[in-house]
Amino acid sequence: MAHAYTPGLRVTDKTIIQRERRLPLTGEVVVKKGDEVKAEDIVARTNLPGNVQIVKAASILGISPEDINDVMVKKKGDPVSKGEVIAMTSAFFGLFKSKVTSPVTGELEEISNVSGQIILREPPIPVEVAAYIDGWVGETIPNEGVIVETTGAFVQGIFGIGGETTGEMTVVVGAPEDELTGDMITKDLAGKILAGGAYVTYDTVKKAIDAGVKGIIVGGFRDSDLRRILGYDLGVAITGQEHIGLTLILTEGFGRMSMAKKTFDLFKRFAGKKVSINGATQIRAGVMRPEIIVPLGERYSEDLAGREHVASGGLGIGSTIRVIREPHFGQLAEVVELPPELTVVDSETKVRVLRARFEDGSEMLMPRANVEMIES
Amino acid sequence: MADGKEIRSVLATDCGSTTTKAILIEKQGDEYRLVVRGEAPTTVEAPFEDVTRGALNAIMEVEELAGRKILDGEQIIMPQAGDEGVDVYLSTSSAGGGLQMMVSGVVKQMTGESAERAALGAGAIVMDVIASNDGRAAHEKIRRIRELRPDMILLSGGIDGGALSHVAELAEVIAAAEPKPRLGSDYNLPIIYAGNVDARDVVEERLGKKSSLVITENIRPVLERENLMPARHKIHDLFMEHVMAQAPGYKKLMSWTSLPIMPTPAAVGYIIETIAKQQGIEVIGVDIGGATTDVFSVFQEVFNRTVSANLGMSYSISNVLAESGLNNVMRWVPFDMDEIDLRDRIKNKMIRPTTIPHSLAELKVEQAIAREALRLAFEQHKSLAVGLKGVQQERTISDAFDQSSSGQTIINLKTLDLLVGSGGVLSHAPRRVQAAAMLVDAFLPEYVTKLAVDSIFMMPQLGVLASEYPKAATDVFEKDCLIHLGCCVAPVGNAKQAGQPCVTVEYNLKGEHVKKEVSYGDIALIPMERTDEVEATITPARHFDMGQGNGKAVTAKLTGGVVGLIVDARGRPYKMTTDSTERVQRLKTWEKELKLYPEQE
Repeated sequence: MAHAYTPGLRVTDKTIIQRERRLPLTGEVVVKKGDEVKAEDIVARTNLPGNVQIVKAASILGISPEDINDVMVKKKGDPVSKGEVIAMTSAFFGLFKSKVTSPVTGELEEISNVSGQIILREPPIPVEVAAYIDGWVGETIPNEGVIVETTGAFVQGIFGIGGETTGEMTVVVGAPEDELTGDMITKDLAGKILAGGAYVTYDTVKKAIDAGVKGIIVGGFRDSDLRRILGYDLGVAITGQEHIGLTLILTEGFGRMSMAKKTFDLFKRFAGKKVSINGATQIRAGVMRPEIIVPLGERYSEDLAGREHVASGGLGIGSTIRVIREPHFGQLAEVVELPPELTVVDSETKVRVLRARFEDGSEMLMPRANVEMIES
Repeated sequence: MADGKEIRSVLATDCGSTTTKAILIEKQGDEYRLVVRGEAPTTVEAPFEDVTRGALNAIMEVEELAGRKILDGEQIIMPQAGDEGVDVYLSTSSAGGGLQMMVSGVVKQMTGESAERAALGAGAIVMDVIASNDGRAAHEKIRRIRELRPDMILLSGGIDGGALSHVAELAEVIAAAEPKPRLGSDYNLPIIYAGNVDARDVVEERLGKKSSLVITENIRPVLERENLMPARHKIHDLFMEHVMAQAPGYKKLMSWTSLPIMPTPAAVGYIIETIAKQQGIEVIGVDIGGATTDVFSVFQEVFNRTVSANLGMSYSISNVLAESGLNNVMRWVPFDMDEIDLRDRIKNKMIRPTTIPHSLAELKVEQAIAREALRLAFEQHKSLAVGLKGVQQERTISDAFDQSSSGQTIINLKTLDLLVGSGGVLSHAPRRVQAAAMLVDAFLPEYVTKLAVDSIFMMPQLGVLASEYPKAATDVFEKDCLIHLGCCVAPVGNAKQAGQPCVTVEYNLKGEHVKKEVSYGDIALIPMERTDEVEATITPARHFDMGQGNGKAVTAKLTGGVVGLIVDARGRPYKMTTDSTERVQRLKTWEKELKLYPEQE
């Protein structure tokens, strides 16, 4: 089997972080290689072609499509204003006039004498791409964007909603198993990124949105609350475009789940620092997990480059793991045995298993696919 | 390529989104048999970004398992020389999300539907159908085309000699959207025009400069006839030339294969079509994956395929719940569960899709969801496999008007001969009877239907093989690919209450007379081995029909399988009780009769 276990999500206090910041279409890159940038700084901009409006002019005027060019007031390429007459017919020496007016301000792009349609294009829509993280421009991609890099702490969540945002990391609970409750949300938390413990409810998230909080990071959240906050049942895990008022990141999963201690400790250590977070999640080929980045204000170093790739070794005796499926979901354990043969578990499924020892000393056989490594 | 010579061996790979599977087929005596299979992770994405890496790894595993040399370095030895190499190498691919298309037609229910069927038949996922009468304003259609970024667009519309204005309108909408392809920005989006021949110049004028426009025969040359094949072939050609050629390593892979690479679902469809044609039977095939569920059918010699892009067992598992509703899932769960807890469990499977059910309860919940995913995918299939279908089917003008308004499905469970299931949850169910039960519950077959599962999902490779070497493909399909589960006998009708007589099945087997009476509301499992074949008399009770009318006995040939003969006397249409205590009680009874799960709960 190719993947006997799920590689753990990254939780690291210092690593090299590079983020590609690319325009959707070609445009202008406004920074240079080596420039220092803040998360909010614009690094590239372009104009998307404007929206198109189609007017069925021939049918409005009651003429044949092939006669459309005879009644045009404006020509192809002309600028037009909203409400301006673009085509007109007149009868009885001008006594009765039928007009077609432009529904938008923009340009007359096409006149079709086959369909009788007039195509109007609104002005281009400017698009700007920000740096997203505090750092340096490591590379520029001509006409397309840049790669921003920094060193920093890096944590991956398991699921999130909402896009990129930045704010000051604020730990509002005392321990990773605590719930982030409504009474902890105060006015002075506006603009902050809150790190909670095991759980947050719909009501608390709502209160945080009202208080102007920019992001919440917690262990778990109920799916029923997710449905309330989105207003629909999320069917497929492709997120990042939601606009609920803040970005929500779960580090463990759905339900009440203590945040991994290592993750929690890291947030505590970096409390007060500016962080960049993104809830965008995509669980398909090309997996994308939500992320929390704490830039440390240091540039790329060779030393770190070597360290970066040590990360994922294999699962071995003594590895620390987390169970990621019922029973014992969320519990931490140590691998004490890796039997090579396929084993039948309770569901009669024949799988590769491992024997795990929980913190209370009890042991259990479980599918290797149902654990993830906690990388140290 | 073997140039019409007899081939001795075939190596075939299927490059899926996550796994690349390789099989080795060899001629043994007069027949072709599967020798070994190997697999390795697909390597389309970083850090490898070369699909051939994964293919070579899978082939190396085949070499090891078969104990013979196939590769010379990184080259496949072709043709076979002595014990080394193979005569034919072929491949299918669904890596990188498969082929994603948008289709367009003038009238949604007519050319729009024809275009959708052409694209689905070619193995595509249809992201949207844009039509003149789809109820959206032009600017909404334009925004949609821009957002979706399909791999390819199929534009159809109008019968030959019809009005040009609607086709021109559609071409203008597409041109205004300036669509960009999903993979890479250095080539123009392929657009296939398969509409009114008289509008070709109009379309060329509007889209010629803005896209890679290819013109082919009209998919609906006259109202009462569909002609999907030319468009399907063009889709395959463009899939190879544009879409595949953009994916990392595919140019190299294409240079290795003896036959063109096919999109995986197109290949699965092809093998199902071939089997139905050869045996003269009506077939439904279903492939339930992590993200999507494909349904294939051949009825009245017409092939149909649909893909339910968001019904699956891992990535899309939450969507099954969202679409079916909690009550529909729960009707298959033999215990009560808290809704909030169930929702969280399903979401946790979605975000950690590689986990597997450890406890029996988790397995039961997953199989309950699978039943609903299969049922919903089948519903979607029935709604697209309607009326005027497939290739060159002649109908009268009045029929054409009739089908466009009402669209009767051509899927007929009463004439269905074979139901084949594929995909992890069916092929890898811990007990084969679980796969049989899921298929029966989801599809609710009527009268007599054979059930089977694809043992290791090799239908894609066999599909490509069938296009050139049908004997080799069907030999392996029959002997090694399918696991015959047995037959299902299901009378149509309902009684007033459970326990009333429903059906009696009688036959002689190995010198013994078997007679089984099954009451309404019950299921029975009668052992019958794969090699057993009997002529049975099936007598339905007064309110039930087995094809000859209520209460009329029929004789039918029943074949066995690894599960046996299932007599489903729960009635058709099937009605599940809404009372939760009664539901749990019934499910437990059926579980026990079918020996679905170990008896520990």
